[in-house]
Amino acid sequence: MTAVATPPKKQAQRGRPGQSSPKLAYLTIIFLAFAIGIPLLIIVVYSFLEKPSQGTGVKWVFTLENYKALFIQEKLDGTTALDTRYLKVLWASFYYSVITTVVTLALSIPVAMWIATRDARKRNLLVALVTLPFWISILIRTYGMRQIIADEGPIGRFLDIFNIEFSILYSPPATILGLIYVFLPFMILPIYASAERFDFRLAEAAYDLGAKRMTVVRRIILPSIRPGVISGIALVFIPALGSFLQSDMLGGGKTNMVANIIANNFGQARNWPFGSALAVLLIVLTLLFVLIMQGAAKRRGDKVELV
Amino acid sequence: MNEKYLEIRNITKVFQTPEGGEVRALDDVSLDIASGEFFILLGPSGCGKTTLLRSIAGLEYPDSGEIVLQGERIDDKPPYERPVNTVFQSYALFPHMTVSANIAFGLEMEHVDKAEVTTRVTEALAQVRLEGYENRMPSQLSGGQQQRVALARALAKKPKVLLLDEPLSALDLKLRRGMQVELKRLQRETGITFVFVTHDQEEAMSMGDRIAVFSEGKIVQLDTPVEVYRRPVNAYVADFIGETNLIKGTVVAGGISLPGGNILPTDQLAEDSVIPSSGEVTVAIRPEDLVLATNGMISGTVRDVIFTGDSVRVHVAVGDVEVIASLASYGTQIPEQGSKVTLNPEHRAARTVAS
Repeated sequence: MTAVATPPKKQAQRGRPGQSSPKLAYLTIIFLAFAIGIPLLIIVVYSFLEKPSQGTGVKWVFTLENYKALFIQEKLDGTTALDTRYLKVLWASFYYSVITTVVTLALSIPVAMWIATRDARKRNLLVALVTLPFWISILIRTYGMRQIIADEGPIGRFLDIFNIEFSILYSPPATILGLIYVFLPFMILPIYASAERFDFRLAEAAYDLGAKRMTVVRRIILPSIRPGVISGIALVFIPALGSFLQSDMLGGGKTNMVANIIANNFGQARNWPFGSALAVLLIVLTLLFVLIMQGAAKRRGDKVELV
Repeated sequence: MNEKYLEIRNITKVFQTPEGGEVRALDDVSLDIASGEFFILLGPSGCGKTTLLRSIAGLEYPDSGEIVLQGERIDDKPPYERPVNTVFQSYALFPHMTVSANIAFGLEMEHVDKAEVTTRVTEALAQVRLEGYENRMPSQLSGGQQQRVALARALAKKPKVLLLDEPLSALDLKLRRGMQVELKRLQRETGITFVFVTHDQEEAMSMGDRIAVFSEGKIVQLDTPVEVYRRPVNAYVADFIGETNLIKGTVVAGGISLPGGNILPTDQLAEDSVIPSSGEVTVAIRPEDLVLATNGMISGTVRDVIFTGDSVRVHVAVGDVEVIASLASYGTQIPEQGSKVTLNPEHRAARTVAS
């Protein structure tokens, strides 16, 4: 037997203190790959398959019909026409999400600035209060909101005294109200994080150079908190676009958002391939929105990476 | 020259502390600043000098009193309506704007037309010798350069009074000395009245036309640097401005009895020294006004000898106090540690001061 030189023992690679081991990160990455990557892959694959003639699931036959069905309706006489139903739902989802984003943004900036200017102890308390809704399940909170804004709820009864009719439940305003309520903290927190780092001496310097209040806000404060605003918009707009619960519980059946239709296709309608196609469309549109925002941020020279 | 260009009349400002107490940042302060003057507000931190500066800028509103610029009250106006500008200690450059946008900001607020803005930005950058830095971001500049941009930004507004809040405190010594000379030159060239806040007495003396020495919200002394240095009104000023040996003594016939049985004759003290007929007095002697003598008036034992380059500092135990003499490092016999020496005050520079 020939003697084989034992290779020198591999020196254990010691990381610098404080440097976290990549092994832990791998674990998370693998988990995320399974939890997000595989379902995503399944959705994409299903969207190109046929619906079985009976029951749920898919028939392994390639087709583009699902995507066609998003935009084109085949009538009984064999002619085709543009189908705007799904486009309208997409538009409604987009529209609700834009309103939600704009309103939460308008509400959050003053609140975030106000919290950021308190002393450290008060700041921590106020931030805790902003996160307080997270302690209660979103389902229960939305249910609670339904009771409050119901026609016979406290608001309705109060307004009834003055003979003012109050009826918003099961209508688009109720959905939007629910969205605003749920997403407000997601707008306040990133803006606050930016505002807290804002050096208020810059505002003093601007006053000193002759700027009035609104100019200071517009030209000094807003540009400084822009990274927080962009994060907030992304954190609100993207999930709002895919929201499901608010339109289901507050909007009634009447104000469907795209996620409701996706859910319906995987549920009662039993059309998994079509639901998948709709989901893929939503993902693509969301991605498009993110890319546009990032492009806009880059052009302004902000250091914001969303993708 | 208008002696009453900027008038501070009976300004008082009280701050509430979080513990419920009160701090009198400014206590009935009055002073007049002449046009084209380089005026220094000097004092330790918390003495009220910065509060006064911020009150002139309009970033702080005094509880009572008036601030009058060229005969017109400005203390009730918001900062953006006051023809004064500030160079902040932190520079406060807008981080999202280029150097030229920073400087142009103040001019845009006045609706100066575009061509003129460009001219004045270029001019201001030339004044602080930062030509070619127009398109840099503040984060790409060194501390000294940021300081110059802050200065250019305020100067471009052509203010009636330029307020400077410890603008050099973040710079290292060499850079600071260079900037002191440049600020003095800028002030001369532009003719703008400078009000400069500092806690550094050396900075105050090297730049100021006049110095107001603050302590606990009040002006203790207001005079030219030479006068403040040579004739401090009390022990606080003598000790704060430069270095001073403050020696407690007792008035005796023909002189003052100092520790260790030394007698300092009255005719060796500054002529304007106020000497009571009896009781305790404090004598102030600058270290550089003491010389070694063969048969001097103050005798003691050498405790330490410290060579600092341009001088030799000799610490002498005189009775139970320590007296420091600063001797020229050339041409002097340097005494040894532990040896007995005698010292003489020179030029009649020693004086009594109120404690």
